[in-house]
Amino acid sequence: MSRIVGIDLGTTNSLVAYVDDKTGLPRVIPDRDGQVLLPSIVSFTPEGVLVGAAAKRRLVRRPESTVYSVKRLMGRGYDDVKDELGYLPFKVQPADGIVKIQIGDRDVTPPEVSAIVLKSLKERAEAHFGEPIEKAVVTVPAYFNDSQRQATKDAGRIAGLDVVRIVNEPTAASLAYGLQRIKEGLIAVYDLGGGTFDISILRVKDGILEVLATNGNTHLGGDDFDRAIVLALLADIRTKHGADLGRDLEAMQELRLAAEAAKIRLSADERTALTIPFDGFTYHRAITRAEVEALIGRLVESTLAPCRMALADAGLAAADIDEVVLVGGSTRVPLVRRRVQELFGKTPHSQLNPDEVVALGAAVQAQILAGGITDMLLLDVTPLSLGIETLGGIVSVLIPRNTTIPTSAREMFTTSVDGQHVVDMHVVQGERELAKDCRSLARFELSGIDPMPAGMPKIEVVFLIDANGILSVTATELRSGKAAAIEVKPTYGLSEADVERMVEDSFTNAEADVEARLLIETRNEADTVITHVERALAQGRRLVGDDEHAAIVAALTALKDARNTTDRDRIREATTATNQTTEHLAELMMDAALKGALASRRADEIMEK
Amino acid sequence: MDHFEVFGLPRRLGIDTAELQRKFYELSRRGHPDFHQAAPPERQAEILEASARLNAAYRALRDPLARIEYLVRLEEGRDTREGATVKPKAPPELLEEMFEIQEALQEAKSAGQSVGLDAGAKRTLSAQRDRLRARYEQEEARLRGPLSQAWDAAGPADRAGALTAFKEALAVRAYLRTVIDDIDEALGESEEGHVSHRRH
Repeated sequence: MSRIVGIDLGTTNSLVAYVDDKTGLPRVIPDRDGQVLLPSIVSFTPEGVLVGAAAKRRLVRRPESTVYSVKRLMGRGYDDVKDELGYLPFKVQPADGIVKIQIGDRDVTPPEVSAIVLKSLKERAEAHFGEPIEKAVVTVPAYFNDSQRQATKDAGRIAGLDVVRIVNEPTAASLAYGLQRIKEGLIAVYDLGGGTFDISILRVKDGILEVLATNGNTHLGGDDFDRAIVLALLADIRTKHGADLGRDLEAMQELRLAAEAAKIRLSADERTALTIPFDGFTYHRAITRAEVEALIGRLVESTLAPCRMALADAGLAAADIDEVVLVGGSTRVPLVRRRVQELFGKTPHSQLNPDEVVALGAAVQAQILAGGITDMLLLDVTPLSLGIETLGGIVSVLIPRNTTIPTSAREMFTTSVDGQHVVDMHVVQGERELAKDCRSLARFELSGIDPMPAGMPKIEVVFLIDANGILSVTATELRSGKAAAIEVKPTYGLSEADVERMVEDSFTNAEADVEARLLIETRNEADTVITHVERALAQGRRLVGDDEHAAIVAALTALKDARNTTDRDRIREATTATNQTTEHLAELMMDAALKGALASRRADEIMEK
Repeated sequence: MDHFEVFGLPRRLGIDTAELQRKFYELSRRGHPDFHQAAPPERQAEILEASARLNAAYRALRDPLARIEYLVRLEEGRDTREGATVKPKAPPELLEEMFEIQEALQEAKSAGQSVGLDAGAKRTLSAQRDRLRARYEQEEARLRGPLSQAWDAAGPADRAGALTAFKEALAVRAYLRTVIDDIDEALGESEEGHVSHRRH
């Protein structure tokens, strides 16, 4: 069997891993520069498409054409996401059940954006192995519904990858831990990532990892923490500087990145300082861990109810859990750790890097599928109940949530009118009693029923959820024994024809010349430095002497000249030179900002007294 | 193949759940699709179907009450869907009390959510609910215990009677569940809103 890699397609970062044949242990694959995490960011430029760190550098300067956190839009309709669109700088529009992102005069769907990220990881793996990689196990949040899973599979196809298995992130993590011979017993995996939250309860015994229950929220993560901090900073800036930056896309991105960075520093430190140069003023303030905890407290709290529900569904109490495992970058936040520890009454495990453990687990599952591991088996569950709409809009549950997959259910259908030759079904997913409150998955039309009196036809419909958690439906007319024709109209998602077209597009368009792409990246880096130096010169002129100022201006002019050539080495050298020339100025500005921050804090303290 | 046959078990309710779990893991190891990725497509489809059948069988048999519900469906030839097997029926000895509770619940509903129940009504309802919960647990214990044993001991001639006893007990249990949920809701204590009704 050909090689299968494991991919964690994350909200914030993505990565690819494999199991080393010699050691039998999973390993992550770094890029050329030794970086393991690929930021899940895609930037569209007139010259081509950038992904990862190169795209991340354009977040601030090209906010409307740089797409991030696209995982939150996967498999979703416009109504699902319209409340948070105000926070996204790129334009998102409804399009026939799904959403599309508008970049200039071009439309892209979330699976296409994810496909660009997947393709970059595919190329990384191919460079590592020196052979084509065509198969992958891709992880999704356990609480992803059918449409979101399908969208992830579509993304793989568009990227030229056969997604041989969709694995739930918390269970993938438990596979990675399982390989390190975690104790047998009952395990809770608490997975809080950039945009999604999952809790899974597992029983581990004799190499079998059986998921007992899972719960979560596919719209809760580190992004929401950052947003809470940004809103507080916006209010503070309004008070201190009288500036309303809420509509300034570039400023909002600066704020978001600064908030994220401060949040990360506060996982280690009790307090930190923010310094953000804006047009016309520099904003600085000190912020403490306690302040941030007050801002995100409610969000952390909201992860506990799903934990209790999962425990109840597994028929367990928190005290029954033997081990708690933390997964996802947001579990580095001390408040999250404290709350989880309080709930389960034990210190959680986090020996494996929470950013990498999901990809490592995906690699383990890939190795199982490839036949390389035979003593481990993952038995996962479907996170949401599956049902059909019946008379009065009531849902009749066919497959309850937390049923081990693969699983199937049979249901008999008949006609209500003489001679009726078509029967409709509406399949939904969710825990509510009314179909309108659940997630609509698809409408199925059974046709070609032979004309008979009402109630005579007996059509047996089989609903099958495979090991990926994805539904398929087949129907048989029992009297004739012939398969009934089914037409599926997915409520959310791409049609087969759409996906086919996108697969073709990705081959014709995205095969951009590597050299051209590298040139764009180098130029972007130069542009970022030019912008920063110009801003620094405007605000910090008085901090340096005339000679130093002249040297900086000279370096800047040389860089601007170089930037417009196509000589990549020359641009890179000029960028490095300018960076070195301005190092001293940068230090001076940082000192001044810190002093400013301290001075204003003293003033606050005096006022309080 | 019915769920008992999947595990090679006779149609009896006395099942050692630890042994059932061992067997489930063993059969999963042998037949899970993960271990048969290289098989031809037709074979893979069979494996997938067999695996789905095994998982459904384990789910139906591992819990003593789900096991009884399944047995009733199976004996009646309705091997289709999980869920309601019987029409809820009030326990005969509690008919009068049920009438009062339903009346109180109606009143609470018409008084409107905004007003809420007064403290006295709350106390009465919650005391009644606790009594019903005890009765509910008693019914489940009867199903798991003496009724299940009666089925396992019954000869072919006694089976119909044992089945009727199951159905009556299940009907009472379903009724009690609904009333308890309604009271919880009226008291504002239902966990996560609508979900409790749907627990399996």
